[in-house]
Amino acid sequence: MKDKIEKEKEKGRWISLYFLGLVIILYLFIFGLNIENAYNSLKASGDIFVKLIPVLFLVVFLMGLLNYFLRPKAISKYLGKDSGARGWILAVLAGIISHGPIYAWYPLLKELRKQGMRQGLAAVFLYNRAIKIPLLPVMIYYFGIAFTVILLVFTVIASLVEGKVIDMSEA
Amino acid sequence: MTNLKHTDDKKQKNLVTSFYKSFKSFSASLPVFIGIVLLLGLFRVNVSPQLISSIFRGDFFWDVILGSTIGSISAGNPITSYIIGAELLKEGVSLFAVTAFIVAWVTVGIIQFPAESAILGKQFALKRNLISFILAILVSLATVTVLMMIR
Repeated sequence: MKDKIEKEKEKGRWISLYFLGLVIILYLFIFGLNIENAYNSLKASGDIFVKLIPVLFLVVFLMGLLNYFLRPKAISKYLGKDSGARGWILAVLAGIISHGPIYAWYPLLKELRKQGMRQGLAAVFLYNRAIKIPLLPVMIYYFGIAFTVILLVFTVIASLVEGKVIDMSEA
Repeated sequence: MTNLKHTDDKKQKNLVTSFYKSFKSFSASLPVFIGIVLLLGLFRVNVSPQLISSIFRGDFFWDVILGSTIGSISAGNPITSYIIGAELLKEGVSLFAVTAFIVAWVTVGIIQFPAESAILGKQFALKRNLISFILAILVSLATVTVLMMIR
């Protein structure tokens, strides 16, 4: 069992390195075609990365706290197979509250899943990241309050549908 | 919170290892993050709102599916999707298509897909993105229909 987990980890590590390698090759290619474009893209990436740093720190910090305080038993109670409505509500709220780019949260979800969280709840969390409280005024400005409210309600419903479907496909 | 019963000494050691573990598992994901950020930079420089709006044709179903598809491929700050969405509306694209576009923008991630499948598993990432793609269309249909009904 442990061997299998190690193997998976090793595989994941290689996939991520291959991926980075491919992106770098793509950049080299664009660099050859159009230096200015590659330079501007690199600069834009730098801007994105700088904004990402605080979130990365927050995620590492939360993961550390989680490792320390939460035991698999607590996770299975709140987010596991028998967590019921409490699990759904928790995943929806956590998805709405969490901020920063979506991919910054993957490692935390992986950690939680390793400790017994349901797959569907990870999906619910990720879906509800569509709702960002600080961005709501912007959405209201562009699309109106009625549109925003209706969209939010359907977003939450859709997230639960997705979670349910993924849980069912796992069973 | 069973660990509250632990002795202080043990607690301290646990706290350090907890953070070390979290840092280690996070750093394993770092190459993917850097790759994604580099792709996002390319996207930001090379894909303009004009380019996106030039693809829509005015056909109802085609535009909704297209909205969801372009939203899935695109990534970045959701505010960008609102701005592009508002531009699209001005150019006569339907609210159905624009809604599918802004929902898929945040719920489906083709650019993030390599990261999602490397960290959370290929099966999970495939299923999640596929279902989210279909849901973006359904959420758009439901939202705009209700909006039209109350107006």
